[in-house]
Amino acid sequence: MLLEYAAIAAFILVAVLVGAIAIILGALFGPRKKTEAKMMPYESGMNPIGPGARRMPVRFYLIAVLFILFDIEIVFFLPWAIVFRQLGLFGLIEMAIFIAILLVGYFYAWKKGALEWE
Amino acid sequence: MTPSDLLSILPLLVLVVWACALLLVDLWLKRKGVTAFLAALGLALTAGLALAQAGEETTAFGGMVALDGFASFLNVLFPLSGLLGIAVAYGYLKRMNIERGEYYSLLLFSTAGMMLMAHAADLVVVFLALEFLSLPLYVLAAFARPRLDSEEAGLKYFLLGAFASAFVIYGIALIYGATGTTSLSGIVAAIEAGSLGTSGLLLTIGAALFLVGFGFKVAAVPFHMWTPDVYHGAPTPVTAFMAVGAKAAGFAALLRVFVTAFPALDADLTPVVWVLAALTMFVGNVVAIAQTNIKRMLAYSSIAHAGYILMAFVAFGNPATRADAVASALFYLVTYALTSYGAWAAVIALEKQDPSAGSGQAASGLEINDFAGLGRRRPALAAAMTVFMLSLTGMPPTLGLVGKFYLFRTVIEAGQVWLAVIGVLTSLISAYYYLRVVVVMYMREGAPETTREPWLDFTWAVSALATVILSFLPMALFAWASAAGVMGF
Repeated sequence: MLLEYAAIAAFILVAVLVGAIAIILGALFGPRKKTEAKMMPYESGMNPIGPGARRMPVRFYLIAVLFILFDIEIVFFLPWAIVFRQLGLFGLIEMAIFIAILLVGYFYAWKKGALEWE
Repeated sequence: MTPSDLLSILPLLVLVVWACALLLVDLWLKRKGVTAFLAALGLALTAGLALAQAGEETTAFGGMVALDGFASFLNVLFPLSGLLGIAVAYGYLKRMNIERGEYYSLLLFSTAGMMLMAHAADLVVVFLALEFLSLPLYVLAAFARPRLDSEEAGLKYFLLGAFASAFVIYGIALIYGATGTTSLSGIVAAIEAGSLGTSGLLLTIGAALFLVGFGFKVAAVPFHMWTPDVYHGAPTPVTAFMAVGAKAAGFAALLRVFVTAFPALDADLTPVVWVLAALTMFVGNVVAIAQTNIKRMLAYSSIAHAGYILMAFVAFGNPATRADAVASALFYLVTYALTSYGAWAAVIALEKQDPSAGSGQAASGLEINDFAGLGRRRPALAAAMTVFMLSLTGMPPTLGLVGKFYLFRTVIEAGQVWLAVIGVLTSLISAYYYLRVVVVMYMREGAPETTREPWLDFTWAVSALATVILSFLPMALFAWASAAGVMGF
């Protein structure tokens, strides 16, 4: 029983070793020349604008929460659309309930002014 | 899914729909009293529907949900505790400048989660219910924002609650790994088939992790560290609701899962629960002595009471005493709910905004010494508080004594005499700090400022009367709890 997990243990071991070896070898033999370009924060190849840990408006938090609301919706919509025919009326009602619950949250956020940016 | 499936969880469905509607309706309501009334109406309707289900015994949704005496009993208890949660909060929220309609919808959602917990006959549903009841409570704990201690309470409760959920879900995963199913009936069948082999160890570890996760939820030592801070920081009505509802829901899950699915793990887990119960009673009661703040004292007292209920739980594997164990735990939950709501209502009556801090920044009137002179200023309130303190200690003529009596009887029936001795000794220790409140109220001079609010006064008066009167007819109440047996699979 436990032997079946041996493969997983070996897999974990190899994964750790590969990572560790790469870092250790690099640290041991790699040249260390710090140029200004190397020390820059990585921003997809662009020159960074301002410091990396900038303060940003807390309103983004609400945007992120609302994003989750609609993101989850899509996560459930896609598989549902694929098996729509097999599920039939049952699936349609189930989805209507799901959307209704999401809409409660949406209307709540709307009326509370979470969608306004000022 | 059939219509009868939906019918078996009708009270729960009504409450969820009601809570969703209330969330929207509240947006257009200027007077939050209407919201409170509508929320109370929904809870009363739910309790009535749950009461109408009493006596039914069936499973639904392919065995994921059980409707039995246990579920109906708790499904009446939870909406009633929600009703008291609204009664103590209505005036408080106004007074503390945190009157927001969301309090009521969140409370309704959390109550619905607790009711689902009482129904759960599948570990996945247990986890779903755990999250469903906890998430609104995290928000409620931080409800007094921008008060810093309330925000701290919310964050602490959320982080430790998430941590506990991780234990629960890991435990469920291991149980699934060992038995190949998450349904309680499936687990029973897998254990009875006796083909677990080395997976038996996996099952035990899973059950132990499950116990740890719910140990956090019911605040058992050594998983209690969050309790004093969260109970202290959260707005007091939320604390009362949390101390009663969340604890009862945690025990509901533990009782049903352990009594139906894990009696076979008796030999391994009984010593663990034994030590948990003993530690919880001892640490809760001893540390409470050192508290000067009434909210922290009651928080440690709530830890200690989790220990007493855990004591009944030690007998989960013994078929002879199992029914008594469930009944005495349920009985004690009712006892604790009544008494603790009353005590928290008295605390709320004395709590006020600290004038030296900015508006909504801090609360004062929460030190035990602030109760000085209450016996002269508000004789009825002081008398009620005395009843609650006596009941929490377990002294006559209160329900606390009866509850403890049934618990100790179950423990001794199960052959755990030493645990009962520890329970009695720690009850003696607890008399010191409970009676100190009484001494302060009657024998120290002081001029406490109290609030008179109809619903708050109603709560402590009714709780005090019920605590005394019901103690004279315990048999009827216990018979009711005995009838609320957990369904076998």
